[in-house]
Amino acid sequence: MTPQTRFSGGFTDAPVQAAHAFRAAMTVMARPGEIRQLVGATPPEGLSVAAGTLLLTLSDPDTGVYLAGAADSPAVRQWLTFHTGAPLVPAAQADFAVGLWQDLMPLEQYRIGTPEYPDRSATLIVECGVLHQSGATLRGPGIRDTARLALPDVAALQANSDLYPLGCDFFFTCGDTVAALPRSTRIEPKG
Amino acid sequence: MNEYNFAYLDEQTKRMIRRAILKALAVPGYQVPFASREMPMPYGWGTGGVQVSAATLTPDDVFKVIDQGADDTTNAVSIRKFFEKTAGVATTEETGKATIIQTRHRIPEARLRADQILVYQVPIPEPLRFLEPRETETRKMHSLQEYGLMHVKLYEDISQHGAISTAYAYPVRVADRYVMDPSPIPKFDNPKLEMDAIQLFGAGREQRIYALPPHTRVVSLDFEDYPFEASKADHACNLCGAEDSYLDEVITDDAGNRMFVCSDTDYCRSRREAGHQGRLAQEGTA
Repeated sequence: MTPQTRFSGGFTDAPVQAAHAFRAAMTVMARPGEIRQLVGATPPEGLSVAAGTLLLTLSDPDTGVYLAGAADSPAVRQWLTFHTGAPLVPAAQADFAVGLWQDLMPLEQYRIGTPEYPDRSATLIVECGVLHQSGATLRGPGIRDTARLALPDVAALQANSDLYPLGCDFFFTCGDTVAALPRSTRIEPKG
Repeated sequence: MNEYNFAYLDEQTKRMIRRAILKALAVPGYQVPFASREMPMPYGWGTGGVQVSAATLTPDDVFKVIDQGADDTTNAVSIRKFFEKTAGVATTEETGKATIIQTRHRIPEARLRADQILVYQVPIPEPLRFLEPRETETRKMHSLQEYGLMHVKLYEDISQHGAISTAYAYPVRVADRYVMDPSPIPKFDNPKLEMDAIQLFGAGREQRIYALPPHTRVVSLDFEDYPFEASKADHACNLCGAEDSYLDEVITDDAGNRMFVCSDTDYCRSRREAGHQGRLAQEGTA
């Protein structure tokens, strides 16, 4: 077992692994509440497999990445810079932000898009201890009737969805699994 | 090195398109700008759909392409061959076997499943474009939900023709927010826009991507006294006898004879293989 260095842990077959990773990411973003496996990268300590794979799939020199809390280590910085070339930026400029929920807060510091260009908003990759389909009730695009997903802070995420069509979008990562919550989803605390 | 990168596009381009697709799914019906590339086919031949398909395909996919419902027309054949060559994916003409279906101007008759993806080729993504040519203004109109002009247009249809005469690219309201152009599908297909599959729309020349997640509420614009009607030619298919499918009218000679056939070739073929016969089935299958 070789020690993790900044050079290892990337995709071994980028076109194919990134394609599979994107399909998982797209599926969960299109179906809030669904949980999918997301593998391919072997990121250094501080990033889950799913979060590392998402960053390799979506970030590049055109996207600013904000590393929050434990994710902001020299090992992660070097690994991400080597594999993606993504500039590391403050939260207010980030296209992608990654870290634990409490480290990523407050939500108000991220870009939410503009009325003419709501797509110019941040996507938060929230590292979670567990991912399970219980807790808050979700309704909206991508959901037949209702879906359930355990969310880190229902009130803050409700406030985000109240901004629709502005707002941030979220991936929740845990180990090698991922779920997502777009801004279009309406949230009720208990089902 | 004489091989293409998987699915033709370079990885950085695919990442850019993938980011646009994710934002498009997060804000259904909103048109996300993207840096459309030149493709080895002319604008108007589905470059937007091709780029969305290229960013979405995996080697495990089974790919189907239809042009006005048909698998065997020039546009469909060349795009199918393009991805056979550059992505090495399996292709099919059977709707049920495909995992990604790229389409020009139709939604397949067969109900799509949750594990399928429908990719539309879009010529003009902006539903307000023919009413307001300035992009700065249409952006503002979408941001303010200022859609009165669209209703005026439908009203003028009624005052001139006695009914809403818009027959294709019929505007829809998505998730009670954005008015969207469903691409030039016949309005017969509009009710099918609420489906189990993910729908992605790519406009190459106009550099826009938009999307409908599964089960998104999609309402065709209309009036209380002139409700939306999904219309089709009032005939049965002359080959397979289907009365529920969208029909093409084909002129068959100089004497004014004509026949009606399913525009969805796979639907029509599978019905004929199951033994259904239309009025002209004997001559048609010759």
